[in-house]
Amino acid sequence: MAHDTHDIHRSRAEFEFIKKKRAAEMRGQLTSFAMMIFLTLIAFTLVAADFSTYLIVPIILLLAAIQVVLQLYHFMHMSNKGHGMMAFFMFSGMFVAFMTIIAMVTIVWW
Amino acid sequence: MSSNSQKKGFGATIWDYLTTVDHKKIAILYLISGGFFFLVGGVEAMLIRIQLMKAGNDFLSAGTYNEVLTMHGTTMIFLAAMPILLAFMNAVSPLQIGARDVAFPFLNSLGFWLFFFGGVFLNLSWFLGGAPDAGWTNYASLALASEGHGIDFYSLGLTISGFGTLIAGINFLVTIINMRAPGMTYMRMPLFTWTTFVASALILLAFPPLTVGIFFMVFDRLFGANFFDVTMGGNTIIWEHFFWIFGHPEVYILVLPAFGIFSEIFAIFSRKRLFGYTALVFATILIGFYGFMVWAHHMFTVGLGPTANAVFALATMIIAVPTGIKIFNWLLTIWGGSISFTVPMIYAVAFIPSFVAGGVTGVMQAIAPLDYQLHDSYFIVAHFHYVIVGGVVLAILAGTHLYWPKMFGTMLSEKLGKWTFWFFFIGFHLTFFIQHFLGLMGMPRRVYTFGADQGWDLFNAISSVGALFMAIGVIILLVNVVMTVAKNERVGNDPWGDGRTLEWAIPSPPPFYNFAQTPLVRGLDPYWIEKMEGNKEGMVYAEPLGDIHMPNGSFIPFVISLGMFIASFGAMYFMDDKAWALPVLIGGLAITFGSMLVRSLKDDLGFHVTKEELIADNERIQREARALEGGKKGGLK
Repeated sequence: MAHDTHDIHRSRAEFEFIKKKRAAEMRGQLTSFAMMIFLTLIAFTLVAADFSTYLIVPIILLLAAIQVVLQLYHFMHMSNKGHGMMAFFMFSGMFVAFMTIIAMVTIVWW
Repeated sequence: MSSNSQKKGFGATIWDYLTTVDHKKIAILYLISGGFFFLVGGVEAMLIRIQLMKAGNDFLSAGTYNEVLTMHGTTMIFLAAMPILLAFMNAVSPLQIGARDVAFPFLNSLGFWLFFFGGVFLNLSWFLGGAPDAGWTNYASLALASEGHGIDFYSLGLTISGFGTLIAGINFLVTIINMRAPGMTYMRMPLFTWTTFVASALILLAFPPLTVGIFFMVFDRLFGANFFDVTMGGNTIIWEHFFWIFGHPEVYILVLPAFGIFSEIFAIFSRKRLFGYTALVFATILIGFYGFMVWAHHMFTVGLGPTANAVFALATMIIAVPTGIKIFNWLLTIWGGSISFTVPMIYAVAFIPSFVAGGVTGVMQAIAPLDYQLHDSYFIVAHFHYVIVGGVVLAILAGTHLYWPKMFGTMLSEKLGKWTFWFFFIGFHLTFFIQHFLGLMGMPRRVYTFGADQGWDLFNAISSVGALFMAIGVIILLVNVVMTVAKNERVGNDPWGDGRTLEWAIPSPPPFYNFAQTPLVRGLDPYWIEKMEGNKEGMVYAEPLGDIHMPNGSFIPFVISLGMFIASFGAMYFMDDKAWALPVLIGGLAITFGSMLVRSLKDDLGFHVTKEELIADNERIQREARALEGGKKGGLK
């Protein structure tokens, strides 16, 4: 419980370190942005090229999953420190949702 | 605002509780309303047992019996067991981690009022044309065919109270992750806090499926959708899946906090550190994890096919392993301890064989081929009552005795407590043990009567006598509560004399700000550590004494919940073409969203308890403690 705000004084080394870290983060964001564009292109090409639906749907779902992970880790800062618990709960939620869907698909609708 | 110590009038006290955001007062609200619904559910249980007392009884009609049976299950699970456990979670777990309050005090209050209005709405069905009658599982094929508004009371009432529970769960998760005192690492958290944490995670993940299922049910019944209607292309099995995807974790939502309460009791009254603390923690997490992979064992006879049945049967058997680990750890905690058989400890010791019996019949039912024989028989009824009563209700009774001094500052009578225990415990086994055999003899569950030629008369009569014993036990408990409140003998910080965790280091009941200074935690069982090292104060502090920021009370949670309560009536009578239904629905929602808007737009920055007030309050506490020591000694020793 912080009661009041603090002034932050950084040493030269700290400043350099943060600068470097931010540059790396920016690089990560740009790379994943490029990858996302590329993934979207693949998706559109698949549809435009008129492949079988049974090929297109699973591939697009897979691309979507990759995109979600990129989004979470590079743009929503889950790669930063202190996000362990959050990641744990998100993945548990995904796990439960996945179990539900798998069960519904295999034993109710199949 | 900090004049909490002065005497208040009756009206002011009521207003205080209607607007409180203090976790300790909300705990008391949960305990009172959960206790009330426990009595209502208990009366319903007695009606069931009176009806089944003899063959061909006509005490209740078949239709009324269905309603009583449905409401007994629904009330006991949703409105009694869960709220009372939430009462203990609220009262104790913020104290155990050294927090000032839960993370979102306003939401805590909202969660309570949503639960309360949902419960009231559900029970109003008795007076407004008939209660739900499709069993607490509310299977869609039955529920869609049910006439009248009973099922709508069920689905709308549970929607509202389900929101409340979900809010409470999220609140505890955030609190336990973010508000632990310095030094309180995850692996130093008391086991009750751990089980609160895992149960809250289960609430977070298990309630959405129920909400979705109930939403479909509401739309099917009230607005002409066909999610579950087979003749219109729906699928009635989907309700069963949704219900049990929620329903099985729900069992663990109930029983994990019960395990937590017993873990505290074993450690306190054996005067030993919990044996295998780490194993207990991991067993708790594993049970929570497996809890989501076993739901279809409630549906073996639906016809899911041999593969699905085999998978879920195996998963179900695996879950017995972490539970077994817990049982052995408790036994080894008692082993060689300096045991004092107080009322909570007696409950805890009685819990082990009772719960193991319920667990063993559970593993029997996990064997799918055997379950085809046991399904829908009284064997099942016996099994889940052994788990819920032998596990959860015994924990609730034990927790009531254990935490009563911390919540109210007085001790329940040990003598009357023992009478309650023996009546309840003997009554419980008398009622339910024999039901295993009724099940094996072929008596199906949920029947309103049976014939004299079926040979079930004697066992049913014995079962009914047992229920009477349990009722006597509960009545003695009520007498105990009234006498304790009337006597009002105050007790000190640690009335049991052997408290181990932080909640016993502060006065009973704690001041409204809990800890004047945030404590520093130096290991597992921090209060015990300090006591053993001769620290008279029982705590070391992590910060100097300073102003404390506290939230203001608010009436808005009550109004938000009231709006949903009103809107539910509109939604329910909408299909009857009542002219007033739509305005009531809209008006109710307007109240809810309007009050949310007020909450969002109006700044409420809380208030500060100044250092001077804290020092003055501390002097008062010291004075009272000295008076207590000088006079008659409160507490156990």
